[in-house]
Amino acid sequence: MDASIYAARRRSNVMATVASYAATGIGLAGLAMILIVLFWEGFSGLSLAVFTQMTPPPGSAGGLLNAIVGSIMMTVIAIAIGTPIGMLAGTYMAEYGRHEKLTSIVRFINDILLSAPSIVVGLFIYEVMVVPMGHFSGIAGAVALAVIVIPVVVRTTEDMLMLVPNTLREAAASIGLPRSLMIRHIAYRAARSGIITGILLAVARISGETAPLLFTALNNQFYSSNLNAPMSSLPVVIFQFALSPYADWQKLAWTGALIITISVLVLSIVARALAGTRKAS
Amino acid sequence: MNVATSVATAAPTHPPIDAAALRDKVAIRNLEFFYGETKALKGITLPLYENKVTAFIGPSGCGKSTLLRVLNRMYDLYPNQHAEGQVQFDGMNIVEPGLDLNLLRARIGMVFQKPTPFPMSIYENIAFGIRLYEKLPKRELDQRVEQSLRRAALWDEVKDKLGASGLSLSGGQQQRLCIARTVAVRPEVILFDEPCSALDPISTAKIEELIDELKEDYTIVIVTHNMQQAARVSDFTAFMYLGELIEFGPTDKIFTSPTDRRTQDYITGRFG
Repeated sequence: MDASIYAARRRSNVMATVASYAATGIGLAGLAMILIVLFWEGFSGLSLAVFTQMTPPPGSAGGLLNAIVGSIMMTVIAIAIGTPIGMLAGTYMAEYGRHEKLTSIVRFINDILLSAPSIVVGLFIYEVMVVPMGHFSGIAGAVALAVIVIPVVVRTTEDMLMLVPNTLREAAASIGLPRSLMIRHIAYRAARSGIITGILLAVARISGETAPLLFTALNNQFYSSNLNAPMSSLPVVIFQFALSPYADWQKLAWTGALIITISVLVLSIVARALAGTRKAS
Repeated sequence: MNVATSVATAAPTHPPIDAAALRDKVAIRNLEFFYGETKALKGITLPLYENKVTAFIGPSGCGKSTLLRVLNRMYDLYPNQHAEGQVQFDGMNIVEPGLDLNLLRARIGMVFQKPTPFPMSIYENIAFGIRLYEKLPKRELDQRVEQSLRRAALWDEVKDKLGASGLSLSGGQQQRLCIARTVAVRPEVILFDEPCSALDPISTAKIEELIDELKEDYTIVIVTHNMQQAARVSDFTAFMYLGELIEFGPTDKIFTSPTDRRTQDYITGRFG
């Protein structure tokens, strides 16, 4: 045995370990700094008024109610539009068209859509909805968000259904179960928590999207639940207020950012917990 | 391991077979099977007798599982697989296109190598299949579930936890749950695809006992790697090799005085 070879290997092992820890540390430190600043700046602005009052003109008191309501409405509608389309497409790909050429084409395009810059999605909806309608609207914003939801749900639905073992499909077929019933009662049930996790991740993704809303829902200084009119949303308000020169607007932007972060954090924890129960069962 | 001696001790337990009483439940004639271009079964001709247990044995890759999966058209779930020839069952040719596969599979049930309970309660695992083809009032449905679980010798172990997930049972119990699920649909033929290869010896013994009881009501086909098991549970044995049926006959005869050299080599453990 040559001791020098072993010593060299030990040295490179130590170096690689140190490098790995350093890289992890840098990543975590950046994240921690963002969170600390966010909580520091955001918490002081958190009050009941934030949830009960409209976005104010500069220099007066106000809250984020219109933005929060707008965000919730557009997110819910986007999920309501995007989830069925995404789940049905993912179901086709995993269950009916698994060996078809169409499926690999759809999967390829879906992957592109998954990583498409969201501002492109905003411009697309601007062209196909905002221009024909003649004005910005909440529904256009929701559709733009739905376009972002679809590829996420397609991907997770397909992946989760692919994880359902074929033996289960064969077992279902062996008692004379038609494929549609097998999918609804067995494959979906076996993949349920994974698919729900995917939908929650899509919610987390769109709740922070700004670019697709700038061209579609625009913004609204006042409370509006009219989907046919411009609608306020947290990301757009943050974008506008944070860039403004007014200190009270900047404060509200921090608070809005904190609200989004906490909502996404809660959703992620729920998603993680669901994924956990999946493994446990 | 000396297979021949252990087989010899098991063989005499079979009652003599009355040849006149045998009735074809399924008649396989000149069956060929293709995975894409590859021919996996070559001119198989074989009867499956009613209320008898027929075992398919042979080394890995000989086509015994393929043959089993032709009998309920399971291969139809996958692309580029097709069969030619005849498999007569109740006046129809199973391998012909245009057949209602769900109805066929309700009549020819299957139990798999790995236990495959559905992700639902024990009760639902059984009731689900029954509801597919019959509309029963709750009380009758309960009875059918109990009957099926009793038939699979599982009732006493699960009667107090029918609402528990089927996945919470042990491997042997799961396999009996799958047998109960198959029986509940009231098929005429039950196909077993190496049903004990994932089970411990005690569970295996239970399943074998069960197969022996089930043949009173069903025609049974079992694929097994375990020659002692074939000798213990089957009335007829088909030895397959490289996609061909080498020898078929009463199990006693196949295991004690096979006519083909390859059968003899296989059952005495010389290859496979």
